[in-house]
Amino acid sequence: MHARINLAEQPARPPRGGNAAAGARTLIAAREFSVFYGSKAAVDKASLDIPAGFVTAIIGPSGCGKSTFLRAINRMNDLIPGCSATGGLSLDGQEIYAPEVDVVALRKMIGMVFQKPNPFPKSIFDNVAFGPRIHGTGDRSSLGEIVERSLRRAALWDEVKDRLGDNALGLSGGQQQRLCIARAIAVNPRILLMDEPASALDPRSTARIEDLIGELRGDYTIVIVTHNMQQAARVSDMTAYFYEGRLIEFGDTGEVFTKPKEKHTEDYITGRFG
Amino acid sequence: MHEQLLMTKGARRRSRLAALFGHSVLAAVASSSIIALLFIFYFIVKDAVPFFRFEGVREFFGSVRWYPSREEAEFGALAIFIGSALVTIGASVVAVPLGVLAALCLSDILPFSVRQIVKPVIEMLAAIPSVVYGFFALVVFAPLLQSHGGSLLAAGAIVVLLPFALVGSAIAGNAAGARAPEASRRAVRVGAGLAVGALFAAGLAALAGALGRLTVGSGTNALNASIILGVMALPTVVSVSEDALVAVGRDLREGSYALGATRVETLLRVVVPAAKSGILAAVILGVMRAIGETMVVWMASGNAAKVPEPWFNLLEPVRTLTATIAGDMGEADHVYGSSRYHVLFAMALCLLAVAFVMNLLSELAVRRLRRGRT
Repeated sequence: MHARINLAEQPARPPRGGNAAAGARTLIAAREFSVFYGSKAAVDKASLDIPAGFVTAIIGPSGCGKSTFLRAINRMNDLIPGCSATGGLSLDGQEIYAPEVDVVALRKMIGMVFQKPNPFPKSIFDNVAFGPRIHGTGDRSSLGEIVERSLRRAALWDEVKDRLGDNALGLSGGQQQRLCIARAIAVNPRILLMDEPASALDPRSTARIEDLIGELRGDYTIVIVTHNMQQAARVSDMTAYFYEGRLIEFGDTGEVFTKPKEKHTEDYITGRFG
Repeated sequence: MHEQLLMTKGARRRSRLAALFGHSVLAAVASSSIIALLFIFYFIVKDAVPFFRFEGVREFFGSVRWYPSREEAEFGALAIFIGSALVTIGASVVAVPLGVLAALCLSDILPFSVRQIVKPVIEMLAAIPSVVYGFFALVVFAPLLQSHGGSLLAAGAIVVLLPFALVGSAIAGNAAGARAPEASRRAVRVGAGLAVGALFAAGLAALAGALGRLTVGSGTNALNASIILGVMALPTVVSVSEDALVAVGRDLREGSYALGATRVETLLRVVVPAAKSGILAAVILGVMRAIGETMVVWMASGNAAKVPEPWFNLLEPVRTLTATIAGDMGEADHVYGSSRYHVLFAMALCLLAVAFVMNLLSELAVRRLRRGRT
């Protein structure tokens, strides 16, 4: 019906390191992209290319606009009154903020995992089946398949397979977060946005989430916002460093962390501020 | 050095006494409300029991012959029970859908600045004394109902049912669209929504036409009391359910939107289910308000202790338990200790029992929801 966003095949589980990501096909491209809350620019003329099939981390101190940038990709900022965007932000060449874009279809294509695990107060099954159901999958058997596949993919199936009817709020924080990942995967997105997905979790659960990101890498294009620099270094191929709304540096994770081009980046990652 | 850390024996005793004193004062304050409740219960039961002993139970609950002041007094209160039920149900039909929808509108649809004005205004409805509502019902609403009853009813039906028709057609359109192939989805959605909407509109027009032809005998009747009571209960329902809806929180709403849910889907499948225990509490509170209200029903309901013809005819005058107690107490005073006096306590006991059962039900419902059964 509208300009459909065509996502070609993505490379299968690309190799880590060695600048592989820097030369890959661009999936999300920002050009002089800004987001305003009222008249204040939360993201200020950022330009970067997020490669398809890799993990891109966005780091920076609190209030630097990293979450705002992430939430611009699936237009979650539309829900905030007074929030507007200028410049270019495209998904596979299609402008995300073009008036003819169907936000529902866009969000279906772009899954999101939030800082605080936010399962619905429903059963585990109904949580994962929520997306497929609203997008028209009605019959129980195909829903069951989707639920199982998604839970397996999110490394949660073995823990919950005997209690799919239990309320999701009874799960631990880490399990809830993996459930939210399963819920996002269930609508078959091509991109996963993760907004500090482990910041509310204990170290063990954090490690599991990071492992999971490693497993999902390649099948999904992942953009993860984190305030944890070690985490960014561990899970990502590309790293973008934001400071006060501006993109200071963007490049291969190994390079950003070992030999950053900007003095500012170096000061941040060595813990001189932030 | 040590001495600074240690208390003297006297100081220790004093602090223990102070703590004991504090505890007992707080315990006394906390238990006084329970004691008050027990006392009320005790005195009502004490004065209700003689009635049942002298007059029995069957006539009270089973007969519609209410002649308490005759020589051969009859105490058939069935008509009064039916009157109470009728007015309560009528008030709920007015207050619950309007209240819950208004709460949804406040919590999720109106912009924040408008909500800041609208909610206090709705809550101000609760601050109006009930006798003022009753006065309005008697002096303004009753004559209006008597002269323009039919058209007023038709307009009311449209106002109450229109939101349902709109939401219903939106849901129908959405459901139809979800199954359609992607290319024609929006067209199917709009088409099905309009078709169902037209169906609703036709039904609504027919209903309004039928209502418009009705004539109203007396302006003080069950309908008058129901509507005014409903408006009175509205702020309770709106306020409590809006609190419940807001308490659902941004993160659940965002979780739903992020999966590609529309606003209708988010509201109906995530927000309302998550708030259902609070909404249920709001509904029960509103219904309780309607059952217990005295002044308005006394002034607006017509106070005829007979069963309407047919029994659901809201356009006939009815009498409620509360209005009977309030109205007869003055007369029954002179015959202290008579059945006529005790029957009022029997009614009060019934009201108390209903209130107790409803509270229990809401408590059970809330607890079951909390335990996480979905």
